[in-house]
Amino acid sequence: MSTPEPGYGAGDLSTGDDNPYDLLAEDHDEGHRWAFGTGFTDPLEGIDTSVPDGLDPGALVRYCLALGDDALIYSHRLQQWVARLPELEEETAVANIALDLLGQARLLLARAGGIVGQTEDQLAFFREEKEFRNVRLAEHADRDFAELVVRLLLFSTWRLALFEKLSGRESSSGAPDPVLAAIAAKGVNELAYHRDYAAAWVVRLGDGTALSHAKAQAAIGALWPLAGELFLPDPNALAFIPGGSADPAAFDAVLDTVLSTAGLNRPAAVPLATVGGRTGRDGVHTEAMGYILAELQSIARAHPDATW
Amino acid sequence: MVAPTTKRTPAYDVAAATPDPEIPTLTIEDLGILRSVDYSPDQGTVVTVTPTYSGCPAMREIAADVQARLSRAGFERVTVATQLAPPWTTDWITAEGHRKLTAVGIAPPSPAPRRAGPVPLTLSRPPSPGCPRCGSPDTRLTAQFSATACKSLHRCNACGEPFEGVKAL
Repeated sequence: MSTPEPGYGAGDLSTGDDNPYDLLAEDHDEGHRWAFGTGFTDPLEGIDTSVPDGLDPGALVRYCLALGDDALIYSHRLQQWVARLPELEEETAVANIALDLLGQARLLLARAGGIVGQTEDQLAFFREEKEFRNVRLAEHADRDFAELVVRLLLFSTWRLALFEKLSGRESSSGAPDPVLAAIAAKGVNELAYHRDYAAAWVVRLGDGTALSHAKAQAAIGALWPLAGELFLPDPNALAFIPGGSADPAAFDAVLDTVLSTAGLNRPAAVPLATVGGRTGRDGVHTEAMGYILAELQSIARAHPDATW
Repeated sequence: MVAPTTKRTPAYDVAAATPDPEIPTLTIEDLGILRSVDYSPDQGTVVTVTPTYSGCPAMREIAADVQARLSRAGFERVTVATQLAPPWTTDWITAEGHRKLTAVGIAPPSPAPRRAGPVPLTLSRPPSPGCPRCGSPDTRLTAQFSATACKSLHRCNACGEPFEGVKAL
């Protein structure tokens, strides 16, 4: 036998209980198996989740659900791309972005659920379509890679602007709910990374071939009507963000930089119509939403007593 | 930024030796995610850990492993608590962590971007770290994401080797 290379060799993996593979055979307390994704526990374990005095718990629950649903539904849409992307590098990128958003969704649903006495799973798998409060941009089905990256640019730029405000970094008085602020602060770096990934691709497509440029411009035209809804003031958000929405100027500054670098035009698109003034935040969704939930919820609903 | 508690107690030393399940050469102390180990009469030994990424799938395994190690070492009541704020940054990876990462061929992170005010858009590719194999600074980023949430992919222009690096965050 040759000596293993320093570092990577079996030498590092065979030193007693530092070897994670040995843990596979161990019977952990409480019977949890050693495998990622099993034995879920509350992602807010050990955190003080009492609602601060003077804060409306109902508004906090509704707003955490809205932000959690945005991440949950968008993450599901990204997961549907995995194994259909043009390059392995983009597979890992999209899967990692979906994982980050799923993590944000878990924290936010757990924050809401902890107040109303429901688990994150009950909220994700056993609510009806009209109870989901995500913006309609999150549920859009991307028809090609250009739509994937343009939609990710719109979504992550908007969400980053929101999370910066929610984190309380800019406010000297601090955030009204420390748990929501901590979740947002944690998400800021992740969202900035997602946005920069999407922006680089939009520039590459817009400034690429005639075909890639045409597809990127078509994607912007298709998605722009869904952007208007992002800046409607949300009454549930008023306690957490001045004006109840992200600052459109911060969003516009980023989009203008990316689009001008890419040689793409900003369309004068009319926002997607509301239904009697109601949008995704009010539980009014596009036709795509029912199909997403059917796929997302079917296993949990077929086996309501299952644990993972 | 609040520095992690480094008060060394027997319980701290046991918890600190817990390996990260995804990069087992690093302990949770090297990674900077072990925030404190305290004792309270109500909860017993309280180990406070902060997640790297919101969706980090290793948190549950780390908590179970910390529990198992402390119970084997004779600590009867152990609570593992999560702490979200302040958020983890790769700047908390220790010098020892940097050394161990390089030894297994993973480039340690460069200092995380310092941010005040809105997060600036980056359209140029972020700088690529030096090659952990030959030491050359002449490398390129080949993908912003890799097989785990915390890493990116690079290639060395000098020796030609592809390698992973820890994203600076």
